[in-house]
Amino acid sequence: MTEGPPRQLLVSPIKDGTVIDHITAGEALNVLKILGITGTTNERLSIATNVVSKDMRRKDIVKIEERELMTEEVDRIALIAPRATINIIREYRVVEKKGVEIPSILIGVVRCPNPGCISNTEEPIESRFEVVEKGLRCYYCDNLITRDIARHII
Amino acid sequence: MYHIISILDFSREQIDDLLEKARRIDETTEIERSLEGKQVALLFFEPSTRTRMSFASAVSRLGGTTICVDSVEGSSIIKGETLADTVRVVSGYVDAIVLRHPKEGAARLASEFATVPVINAGDGAGQHPSQTLLDLYTIRQSMALEGINVGLIGDLRYGRTAHSLAQALSHYNVNLFTIAPNGLELPETIQIELNDMGTEICECAEVKDVIRDLDVLYVTRLQRERFPDSATFVNVQQSYQVTPQLLSGVRDNMIVLHPLPRAGEIDPAVDSLPHARYFEQARNGIPVRMAMLTEVMQ
Repeated sequence: MTEGPPRQLLVSPIKDGTVIDHITAGEALNVLKILGITGTTNERLSIATNVVSKDMRRKDIVKIEERELMTEEVDRIALIAPRATINIIREYRVVEKKGVEIPSILIGVVRCPNPGCISNTEEPIESRFEVVEKGLRCYYCDNLITRDIARHII
Repeated sequence: MYHIISILDFSREQIDDLLEKARRIDETTEIERSLEGKQVALLFFEPSTRTRMSFASAVSRLGGTTICVDSVEGSSIIKGETLADTVRVVSGYVDAIVLRHPKEGAARLASEFATVPVINAGDGAGQHPSQTLLDLYTIRQSMALEGINVGLIGDLRYGRTAHSLAQALSHYNVNLFTIAPNGLELPETIQIELNDMGTEICECAEVKDVIRDLDVLYVTRLQRERFPDSATFVNVQQSYQVTPQLLSGVRDNMIVLHPLPRAGEIDPAVDSLPHARYFEQARNGIPVRMAMLTEVMQ
């Protein structure tokens, strides 16, 4: 009998921080964008994309060390990864596990694609969208975003 | 505080109440001077004749006075002031603000920063609730709104009055027929929204195919700049023109509306027909805007 290659973890466990699992395949970088984590911020990150998943066939995983995400931060993720699960890790153990919920209002997350919208000017306001059945509705100009929401994330 | 920003904020009951209030104002000989001692700022950062004049007239008939800004050039906006600051400052001078602005959503923003009621008098290609209400009022003068057949013809992509009217009519189980040149059809997002509200939309290639089934034909202006060249524009304009011949055989009480100004969409020969109601529609701007002002100042 021949043995297959030894199984190993793609990304090593983290001691403290947050693991975001079950991200829609291909959306890991957009998840980081929503969380305001860019190449210039200090978080230590591990990202795995297109990982084989029992439930989802393919998924992305993001591990953020030494940062515990707040509920309002993670709920924004629901826009592009509605099945994501959040695991808060302390001393290598999962101390909290939760899903994400789409918030009813999104403030400062998505830019209105309507160039004529007042939210795209120098006014002292943040973009604001109501989450409706068909997508996102701009609070200011009523414009409805029905597809490709990730492209409009600020 | 009560603002009037978008027709989408109105329930059917609120629309009916406001139209009824306008009717009472229209029919009374003794107008209640509910704006006596009050001052209203007319902030018009975009050109307007009918809307500005009729709001001024409405304020005056209710016993109030107006102060006006008629252009961006005549305001601090040219110095880089934000609309938010302008509105905060003007709130200190007056009891209500009527705002027209080239940016969509400007009135919503203004309502966040104003400390007095704000009425949207048109924000860019967005909402223009006073026009919608006077359109509804004009239809209601001739027929009940429930279940009627309404044709929207012209530039339905950029024509904000057609969008708002369609949205408002969705409260009344109407059947919508749209007739628009290629590329100027009703935007998909508006269609989705109307379908969600239970309104059936029938897209028609030619107005003559449906004209005899209509109770209302709402005509909007075709703008030259939406077409690649003058020849195409003239061709399309002629094929979409409402003429006495087109109206022959229509329902007796069918009415033709237009938010005006018109630019050739309606043959002047139609003006004398009983179906032509667009000048009446413009006149209705006064009682409807009086009702809106009374409502926000309560």
